[in-house]
Amino acid sequence: MHNKTLSELSAALQAGEFSSTELTQSYLDRISSLDPQINAFVTVTQQLALDTAAAADKRIAAGTAAPLTGIPLAQKDIFCTEGVKTTCGSKMLDNFISPYDATVIENFNAAGAVMLGKTNMDEFAMGSSNETSYYGPVKNPWDINKVPGGSSGGSAAAVAARLAPASTGTDTGGSIRQPASLCGITGLKPTYGRVSRYGMIAFASSLDQAGPMTRTAEDAAMMLNCMAGFDERDSTSAQRDVPDYTANLNDSLQGLTIGLPKEYFGEGLDAQVGSAVEAAIREYENLGAVVKEISLPNTHLAVPTYYVVAPAECSSNLSRFDGVRFGYRCDDPADLEDLYKRSRGEGFGAEVKRRIMIGAYALSAGYYDAYYIKAQQLRRLISDDFKRAFEEVDVIMGPTAPEPAFGLGEKSDDPITMYLSDIYTIAANLAGLPGMSVPAGFVNNMPVGLQIIGNYFDESRLLNVAHRYQQVTDWHARTPEQFK
Amino acid sequence: MEWEVVIGLEIHAQLATKSKIFSGASTAYGAPANTQACVVDLGMPGVLPVLNHEAVQMAIKFGLATGSEVAPRSIFARKNYFYPDLPKGYQISQMELPIVGEGVLEIRLEDGTVKKIGITRAHLEEDAGKSLHGESPGMTGIDLNRAGTPLLEIVSEPDMRSAKEAIAYMKKIHSIVTYIDICDGNMQEGSFRCDANVSVRPKGQEEYGTRAEIKNLNSFRFVEKAINLEVERQIDVIEGGGAVVQETRLYDSDKHETRAMRSKEEANDYRYFPDPDLLPVEIDNETIEAVRANLPELPDAKLQRFISEYELSDYDADVLTSSRPMADYYEIVVKASGGEAKLSANWVMGDFSGTLNKESTDIKECPVSAEMLGGMIKRIADNTISGKIAKQVFEAMWQGEGDADAVIESKGLKQVTDSGAIEKLVDEIITNNPGQVEQYRSGKDKVFGFFVGQVMKASQGKANPAQVNQILKDKLKP
Repeated sequence: MHNKTLSELSAALQAGEFSSTELTQSYLDRISSLDPQINAFVTVTQQLALDTAAAADKRIAAGTAAPLTGIPLAQKDIFCTEGVKTTCGSKMLDNFISPYDATVIENFNAAGAVMLGKTNMDEFAMGSSNETSYYGPVKNPWDINKVPGGSSGGSAAAVAARLAPASTGTDTGGSIRQPASLCGITGLKPTYGRVSRYGMIAFASSLDQAGPMTRTAEDAAMMLNCMAGFDERDSTSAQRDVPDYTANLNDSLQGLTIGLPKEYFGEGLDAQVGSAVEAAIREYENLGAVVKEISLPNTHLAVPTYYVVAPAECSSNLSRFDGVRFGYRCDDPADLEDLYKRSRGEGFGAEVKRRIMIGAYALSAGYYDAYYIKAQQLRRLISDDFKRAFEEVDVIMGPTAPEPAFGLGEKSDDPITMYLSDIYTIAANLAGLPGMSVPAGFVNNMPVGLQIIGNYFDESRLLNVAHRYQQVTDWHARTPEQFK
Repeated sequence: MEWEVVIGLEIHAQLATKSKIFSGASTAYGAPANTQACVVDLGMPGVLPVLNHEAVQMAIKFGLATGSEVAPRSIFARKNYFYPDLPKGYQISQMELPIVGEGVLEIRLEDGTVKKIGITRAHLEEDAGKSLHGESPGMTGIDLNRAGTPLLEIVSEPDMRSAKEAIAYMKKIHSIVTYIDICDGNMQEGSFRCDANVSVRPKGQEEYGTRAEIKNLNSFRFVEKAINLEVERQIDVIEGGGAVVQETRLYDSDKHETRAMRSKEEANDYRYFPDPDLLPVEIDNETIEAVRANLPELPDAKLQRFISEYELSDYDADVLTSSRPMADYYEIVVKASGGEAKLSANWVMGDFSGTLNKESTDIKECPVSAEMLGGMIKRIADNTISGKIAKQVFEAMWQGEGDADAVIESKGLKQVTDSGAIEKLVDEIITNNPGQVEQYRSGKDKVFGFFVGQVMKASQGKANPAQVNQILKDKLKP
């Protein structure tokens, strides 16, 4: 059961091969026996899952099932789920039971999908290795001494270890694509505004975007069909129709123009990762695509720009965690100031505090123009690079991450090196473009991801491009030995 | 030394929208604590603001009503600071690009001169909640019902030179926002309040003095008192050899003083930046013209119309148009009275306003409707009752004894116009007062008033005074 894709599971449920209750129970069993090895889940919602599965079985029997009815899913613990603990990987929210559902969760509930539990993540989605979580690091199912990437590390590891057929993630600077790459699964960050952010705990509002983390591109299309759409509760969500993302998966790639930014293949890229990506590109040429070298000249500015914009927004977004209305409150506060200082001092981890301080500094009087305003200008330059590129090419390809998964603890004391893990993914967030990571090989037995960046709202094409590749390769179908 | 006072006001007008500026929760006043605060108002993790377009329409209305510039594009910004009644740790406001830009307002001073006061800007923002002290010992309660209530902050230029001018300006803004129905103007409930920036400088000096900001003044009287106190304090400080410090001060109406809250050095760095959760507000000409087309008549235009249409004096027109409910009331009275504009003005400004004040009643809740008052004035005009009797009728109407006709009927107050009956009374008076008749006939004209009084008294005020005059004159002829 656990080796089937979403479309296979959906078909099997409809055909009555097994029930959603059986399927859900089988995943719950796997989680209970295997998750202790990788720590992918913060909360397992066993009873809720079985209740939802029973309801899904009735719906299937009644013939009113949607494609995801009865399918078990893992939800990143950044999405608010009514009546269920929603921690965002932080001590600050260890006691927080959300009084409402995020729009993404509502959409899955309406479709009859089953939530298995909430997945581990870097604290408030700030991290690239899942080591900043209050609930301990997630381990990479391909090698439990290595990181799964972050911040959606729990979601990536859960899918890679077959503890869930699919999961959700969020991506602010690469938090879907980089862990997908490091765990050998498929991850899609949609165009900014494609999926509602309502109920998704904000890290950097102008960059955050939710998306699917799955085994295949086809599964990602099925998930995106359910997640995408305008939401009147999110002013930044796009008022655009949602196409059927599964409709064009098999379109021919004959004549597709692929841009290869020379800046993505230079210094800092692991040579073997580079070779794997080049091999994938050759596969595309075999499928009829045309390759063109392009330049994104402001690429080197992406990381510094991001580390002003994202902390600035987070310093404000995280002000609501003050110990007054919900979340962690220190013991015996002496006065109001003490309540604030100790609740936040004790409730937040080091990386979160670092970013709040960077952000508050960048926004403060006298520095605002030099940092925040300058970063906004650079953001425009970075977007313009892509705008020019998409006049010439249909998609842009390159590595998702500069190297395969690194060792646990290897970079946790060196924030700058850690930040460079997202060097190829950050630009798409700054520009608001959709990006995917698909498994494209292995280096020293660790997975490597190919990144595909598309034009605005061109998710259908990204999925089509990824799907055709997956029809002729089997990297995405491989399973870590211990989790077969 | 002679000092000149410089005042600028920041007025906060609570917009009369049904729901909050960024959520669907109700804005109604007086509900039990925290019953009108949804997850958005509570600043729960993951929630997002959605702009209430009614608030935008109201801001546009204000811009048009004051002849100010309405910005084609304005931006919401976050003002970051920590306070328990500020759920998100930031207030959504507008900083660099406000929705309403520069404008000019004319105020009428007591001596009748007109002065122009500049409006710097007006911007939309959300209100914070309330901290409740003393409800439970040792604890502070938070009520977030008010959190997210839409405010229009109207900032003036430092153009006012006395507390009186500041009051005139504030009353003018009050009148405009209530005229155009964007604010209920209720100062007791805090729907209309202001911060006053006050400084003094030696007369003739161009440079402004250092200013102090007095926060949260919620009545015209307090504004006047607080400004005058602050002016005195600043002059005392300077004349005592000291210097005024730039700071925020609080007015204490019980202790009759202003005192320092925080100095410039202690002021927060609000770290303003554009709110990434909200799109820029784009307003096209079509929208502006649609709002303009539905704009009601404004105070200045109404004043001019009252002068020309009802032939009122400047003073009367000014008083009657000072608030929209008053102006509306007056116009209905005139209509119901059959066009008695002057008589209606006298009654509305006189007995009616006097009674409202005495009883502390709001015009919208008073027991004598404009139709009733107009109906009574009609009866004065058609000689059914005299002006004197009308006072009795008015009082009875106020007591809920029905409209003018009913009161006149039940109390038998109808004026006597039957000349036979009046002649009978006159004959009696002449017969009973031979001495006075003698005096009159010998040339003492003043005695005539005595006879009129006697006749009116005998008729219990109901005899038609004009008829009484005529008949008396005839009968007293030697």
